[in-house]
Amino acid sequence: MTDLKSSAPAATGPETTGHEWDGIAEYNNPLPRWWLYSLYATIVWAFGYWIAFPAWPLVSDHTRGLLGYSSRASVLADVAATKAARAALGQEKLATADLTAIEADPTLLPLALATGKAAFGDNCAACHGTAATGRTGYPNLQDDDWLWGGSLDAIAQTIRVGIRSGHADTRAGEMPAFGRDGILKRDEVETVANYVLSLSGKAFAPSLSLEKGAALFAQNCAACHGEQAKGNPEMGASSLADAVWLYGSAPQEVVATIQGGRKGVMPTWEGRLDAATINSLAVYVHGLGGGK
Amino acid sequence: MILGGPEAPGVFDADQGSTPALRAHRVVPQPRVERTDSAMPATPAPKYMTEGEAGLCAAFGLGALLCLVASAKAADPAFGLHAGLFALAAIAAIVAILRRYAARDPEPIPQEIGGKPNYNLGPIKFAAIAAMGWGIAGFLVGCIIAFQLWAPSLNLGLEYTTFGRLRPLHTSAVIFAFGGNVLIATSLYVVQRTCRARLAGDLAPWFVVLGYNLFIVIAGTGYLMGVTQSKEYAEPEWYADLWLTVVWVVYLLVFLATIAKRREPHIFVANWFYLAFIVTIAMLHVVNNLSIPVTVFGSKSYPIFSGVQDALVQWWYGHNAVGFFLTAGFLAIMYYFIPKRAERPIYSYRLSIIHFWALIFMYIWAGPHHLHYTALPDWAQTLGMTFSIMLWMPSWGGMINGLMTLSGAWDKLRTDPILRLMVVSLAFYGMATFEGPMMSIKAVNALSHYTDWTIGHVHSGALGWVAYVSFGALYCLVPWLWNRREVYSLRLVEWHFWVSTLGIVLYITSMWVAGIMQGLMWRAYNSFGFLEYSFVETVEAMQPYYLVRALGGVLFLIGALIMAYNLAMTILGREAGERSPATGAALVPAE
Repeated sequence: MTDLKSSAPAATGPETTGHEWDGIAEYNNPLPRWWLYSLYATIVWAFGYWIAFPAWPLVSDHTRGLLGYSSRASVLADVAATKAARAALGQEKLATADLTAIEADPTLLPLALATGKAAFGDNCAACHGTAATGRTGYPNLQDDDWLWGGSLDAIAQTIRVGIRSGHADTRAGEMPAFGRDGILKRDEVETVANYVLSLSGKAFAPSLSLEKGAALFAQNCAACHGEQAKGNPEMGASSLADAVWLYGSAPQEVVATIQGGRKGVMPTWEGRLDAATINSLAVYVHGLGGGK
Repeated sequence: MILGGPEAPGVFDADQGSTPALRAHRVVPQPRVERTDSAMPATPAPKYMTEGEAGLCAAFGLGALLCLVASAKAADPAFGLHAGLFALAAIAAIVAILRRYAARDPEPIPQEIGGKPNYNLGPIKFAAIAAMGWGIAGFLVGCIIAFQLWAPSLNLGLEYTTFGRLRPLHTSAVIFAFGGNVLIATSLYVVQRTCRARLAGDLAPWFVVLGYNLFIVIAGTGYLMGVTQSKEYAEPEWYADLWLTVVWVVYLLVFLATIAKRREPHIFVANWFYLAFIVTIAMLHVVNNLSIPVTVFGSKSYPIFSGVQDALVQWWYGHNAVGFFLTAGFLAIMYYFIPKRAERPIYSYRLSIIHFWALIFMYIWAGPHHLHYTALPDWAQTLGMTFSIMLWMPSWGGMINGLMTLSGAWDKLRTDPILRLMVVSLAFYGMATFEGPMMSIKAVNALSHYTDWTIGHVHSGALGWVAYVSFGALYCLVPWLWNRREVYSLRLVEWHFWVSTLGIVLYITSMWVAGIMQGLMWRAYNSFGFLEYSFVETVEAMQPYYLVRALGGVLFLIGALIMAYNLAMTILGREAGERSPATGAALVPAE
C-alpha cells in the first residue's frame, strides 16, 4: 500500500486534470499498481477457468472445458455411489424383512437406524420434537410408556395407519366428553378426577369422596382403562396409575380431559413413506423407548 | 412552507476554500422576482398556461377518468383500490398544477438569477424528506420481521402481518423507497450543481419525485393486500410496473436534458454513475417485468418467461439491481459528497474512468451466480462466477478513489462524524464487494447459498454501505437545501454513528455465525448418505442468532430515529448551541 503515502496536500501533490465542478477538482494520479495487477490476475484466472470448465455458449452447444466437468453428471455419480453403498448393506431387505430380524442384523441395523433417524427428523419431529420427547398432546417416545403398544410391530402398525387418521384400519380409541355430553355432572367429574389422581398419590381435594370416585371410575372408566387403571393398548387407553400424563396431571387438566374428552390425531404414513422407511422408523423409534 | 416553491429564493454558492467553520454553502441572497400584482403598473402582462401545464392537466384528467372506470370494473378489491388511488392522485395533480398556475408569475421561472443558476430545489427537498420517512418505515418493518423469525407468533396470526407479506414491504421500503428517494434527491441536486444549470423541465422534476413515491405507495399497499408477482425485488404487479416505467423515462429525460444544457465543458464523474444507474435500471425493469395480465381490470399477471429462463432473467435483474441501483447510484453519491465534505480533490481521474467502464461491463454478467447448482446450464454458471471474480477490482476502484480522496484530510475523520459515516461506508463497501465475489465461487456458494450468511452479506452492503453513504449525503444535503450553516447537532450525528455501527456489527456477526453454522448443518452427512440434521434442528439452532440480529436491527433503527430528529431540527432552523467538534479550539488538525 505504498500509494497511501504517495499522496500529498494539494500544494505539492500530483497535478489535477484542470477541470473543476462545483468546487471539486480531480487529481490525475495513475492507477494504483497493485489494483491494476490484481485486475489482470482475476482476468487471467477467468480465462483459465473458461478453458477448464464449460463456459461459452455456441450456436447449438457450448464449450465443454478440458476437464469435462458437468454438474449433472457429478450429482448422478454421487447418487449412484450412495445407492450402491446402501445396497451393499442390504437395503432392499428393509422393506421385506421381519422387524426383529432387522434389529438383530449387525450390518442392517445401523442402516435402518440411520434411515429412521433421517425420516424421523423430516416427518415426526415437528410434533414429537427433535429429541422425540413430545409435548402436551404429543406423546413422548423415549419413556417406554405406550398408548398403542411399544413392540416393534405395534409401533410399525401405528406409523402405517395413524390414529384417527382417516385410514381404513386406523387406530381409534374413544375418550368421551363425560361432562360436556352430560354423562357425568360437574361434581362427579371432579370427584372421579380426584380419585384418578389419588392413584398416583396426587389427590387434590380431601373433601371429595374417594369411594364415590372409585365407584364412578368403575362405572364409567374401567371398561377401557381397566379395573386397576393400568390402561389397555388394544384400545389406546392410557395407564392412569403412573406418572406419565399426555394432557397434563394438574387437577384442572385432568378435569378438562374428563369434561371434554380427548381426540388426538396422528396421520397415516402409508402411501407417504415407503415400506422400507416405515420399517426403519419403527426400528428407530423402538430403539428410543420401545419395549412394552 | 417547508418545501418552498420550485424557485427557492437565493442562489447557493459553494465555498470550497473556506475554513471548516464556514464550510457550509454560503448563501447569496437574491431579491425575489417581483410579483406582477403588487408593484407593477395597471396593465399586467398576460398570463398563459404553458404547454406542459395544459398538457399534463389534460393527461391527468384522462388518466383519472380511465382509472375511475377501471376501479369500477375491478376484478379484485386490491386492483379497485389501486385504480382509485391512481385516480385520486391524478385529480390531486390537476389541482396542484392549477393552484401553482394561479400563484405563479406570467414569465417562466428564470434559468439564472444575477448570472448564477437558479437551482430547482423543491422536488429535491421533497425526496430528501421522503427518504428519511421511508427509511424509518423500512427499518421498522425489518425489525418486525427479524423478531418474527425469532418468534413466529409475532405475526399475530393476521394475513397482513405475515412474514411473506412484510418481507417484500421491508426490502422495497429500504431499497426503492429509502434508497430510491436518496438517489433521486442527490442526483437531481448533483446534476444541477456540477452542470451549473437549472434542472430541465418545469413540472417534470415534480412529476418524477411525486410519481415515484406514488409507485412506492401502490407497491407497498399491494404487498399488504397480497398483490405480488413473486419475483424478488420486483414484486409489484404489471400496472405498478407500467407506471414506474413512465416515471423512470421522465427521470432519464430530465437528467439527460440537464446534462445537455450544462455550462461545464465536461461531464462530472458522479453524473456518469447516475446515468448508468438510470439507464440500466430502465432496461432491467422493463425486461424482467414483461408479463401478461389475466385481465386489464385485475391485479394478477403472469411473466412471459418460464422455468429456468425466468430464473435467469430474474437474477440478471436482481443482481444488477444490486449493481446499478445499490452500487453505481451510490458510488455517484460518494463521488460528489466525499470530496465536497472533505474539501479535497478526487484521488484519481484515471482510476474513476477505468473502474467505471470495468464495473459497467462486468456487472451485467454476474447474475447467474445466484443460480449455482440449479437447472441453469453449467456454462452460464461459469460465466456468472468468473465475471463476479473479475468484478472484484472494478468494485474496489470506487473504494480506493473515495478513501484516497481523504489523503491529507484524515484528521477530519476524528472531528467530523458526517465524513466518518461516509468513509466507514466505503470500508463496508470494500468488505461487501470482496465478500460478494468470494461467495460467487461455486465451492464457497455450495456452503453459503440459501443460508443467512447471504442475509448478513446483503446487510453489510445495505446497512454499512448504502445506508451509511446515504446518511452522510442527507446530513450534507439537508443544511444546503434549507440554507443552514450545518446540521442541528453534530453530537447527535456522533450518537447516530456509534449506535448504528454497533447495530451493524451485531447484525453481520450474528448472521455470519448463524449462516455458516446453518450451511455446515445442512451439508453434514453420515456414513450412509443421510443428512445428519433435520431441517427443524437447523432452525432450532438459529434461534439465538436471530434474536441478536433483531437487536442489532433495533439499534440501527434507533440511530435512524436520532437522525430524523436531527434533520427535522435542522430544517426547522434550530441550533443546538453546542460547540461543534469540527470547530472545537482544542482540536488541532494533524498535518
